[in-house]
Amino acid sequence: MSAKLEKLQDTLRAVLGAQIQTLVCERGEVTIEVAAKDYLAVAFALRDTPDLGFEQLIDLCGVDYATHSTRASSVARFASVAHLLSVRNNWRLRLRVFAESAEFPVVASVVGVWPSANWFEREAFDLFGLMFDGHPDLRRILTDYGFVGHPFRKDFPISGFVEMRYDAEQGRVVYQPVTIEPREVTPRIVREENYGQVGHG
Amino acid sequence: MAEIRNYTINFGPQHPAAHGVLRLVLELDGEVVERADPHIGLLHRGTEKLAETRTWIQSVPYMDRLDYVSMMCNEHAYCMSIERLLGLEVPLRAQYIRVMFDEITRILNHLLNIGTHALDIGAMTMVLYTFREREDLMDAYEAVSGARMHAAYYRPGGVYRDLPDQMPKYEVSKYRNAATVAQLNEARQGSLLDFLDNFTRRFPAYIDEYETLLTDNRIWKQRTVGIGVVSPEEALAYGFTGAMLRGSGVEWDLRKKQPYEVYDRVDFDVPVGVNGDCYDRYLVRMEEMRQSNRIIRQCIDWLRSNPGPVICDNHKVAPPSRAAMKESMEELIHHFKLFTEGMHVPEGEAYAAVEHPKGEFGVYAISDGANKPYRVKLRAPGFAHLAAMDAIARGHMIADVVAIIGTMDIVFGEIDR
Repeated sequence: MSAKLEKLQDTLRAVLGAQIQTLVCERGEVTIEVAAKDYLAVAFALRDTPDLGFEQLIDLCGVDYATHSTRASSVARFASVAHLLSVRNNWRLRLRVFAESAEFPVVASVVGVWPSANWFEREAFDLFGLMFDGHPDLRRILTDYGFVGHPFRKDFPISGFVEMRYDAEQGRVVYQPVTIEPREVTPRIVREENYGQVGHG
Repeated sequence: MAEIRNYTINFGPQHPAAHGVLRLVLELDGEVVERADPHIGLLHRGTEKLAETRTWIQSVPYMDRLDYVSMMCNEHAYCMSIERLLGLEVPLRAQYIRVMFDEITRILNHLLNIGTHALDIGAMTMVLYTFREREDLMDAYEAVSGARMHAAYYRPGGVYRDLPDQMPKYEVSKYRNAATVAQLNEARQGSLLDFLDNFTRRFPAYIDEYETLLTDNRIWKQRTVGIGVVSPEEALAYGFTGAMLRGSGVEWDLRKKQPYEVYDRVDFDVPVGVNGDCYDRYLVRMEEMRQSNRIIRQCIDWLRSNPGPVICDNHKVAPPSRAAMKESMEELIHHFKLFTEGMHVPEGEAYAAVEHPKGEFGVYAISDGANKPYRVKLRAPGFAHLAAMDAIARGHMIADVVAIIGTMDIVFGEIDR
């Protein structure tokens, strides 16, 4: 398995060269990060180079790194992460690209490379507000018709901003500000490296 | 002369063949579909966002509720992603139990799919037959976890508990007399493994029954042969996995190609279709059930002769035994910390995929070292399949849309998440 991963990494370096910003191989998974301007060219190269042969886009999702304990940054906040699979060579690759701006995040759309990206990009747009340049039909997909905001952003509260109820007087369903407060049962904790070990602290 | 215009209709969300809450906007030219636009999200619960606010282990039961016809396979992918982040080794017996229940789940899923698909396109009897066998398998779910559907049985590091030594039995009530109860309990006298062994002996004959009902049935073939044809190239481009991909003739099965747990130790074959139509995908699913039956038998044999632990003994991940907790202070602390604060997963990211009955179900988990996930992305196979609805349904008659929805094995729990 590791020989195969070595081969994949060598091929990636040979084909993409300087377009790779970082190449990490951890837990048996290869991840490359590319700049937003190179993204589309890299996608075509990954699909069309026979030695790489990533003919299938398995998954594409948005990630908001705003509150990440080590990767948080004011510029590189939104990333689009694609998981590629090569049926021919039987290997996988994770392709990450950060949008250049956090206020108006845009990355290129890969629908032209892998048609399966269509709905995955619509989902990332809907949930994170990540814009995909060149997408043929960038509509909301999972949230309600007329929904405001992007719910999976880290600054969007878990309870949302509006709630829905039936108004008997008006005889229809109305929206109103939420009446519940989010409640945290277990706090989020990041412990230091050797917490809880014998002889420590 | 009157102007002829295309007609747009709403198929669902209240249509019995829409398998839940699919709203399909169809643009029709007469009876021919010109454009199909699926509107999804009516069952969106924000599972991924919810997972960010809960500890790692608290999200396991949410996974059952994604694809609510193949519950344990969803848990499996989620637990595998955590194990990969932690670098955790799962005991061999737990791996066999997982494989066995994955295959039970596969049979459960395919039984429902074939039954309802046939029901949707006019074969009423099938669903009655398949639900009869689902009952037995759900009893097996109940015997290990106490729940017939939402089991929460897999845990990071193994499974919640070992297989029970006896099966729960029916009791006489005002609805069931003594003779019926005796008949129902006949297979339930021994352990769970005896019960499953008995089932796997009976099941091939049941599949033969389904085959007599459908495989050569003229109406079934008229409704499925040549409908929803997907070429291998298209299937790859649209991100198809599982039976949808194999029906088109691409030999790709994660259990063979990227084996996880003990799939490399069990013997089974991967069926592949030829024409890529609804009928071939039906045949693939039928054969997969026979192969699952084979795998279950091998697991039963192994599990009978190899006792051992079923969850790892790292008590920062898995709770200590009840007895140890009562006697040792350290175990008590472990127990307390695990159930209040939860486990800490080292920083990093992992993508774990399993060959789910519907295709590749993947969990992409990002951890920043906290006791809760930073981000969880659930890759549902049905999402990619439904996204290709427009491409497949275009040019078909409106009645074929029902056949295509059926063959895609759409379940909204996983698509909307």
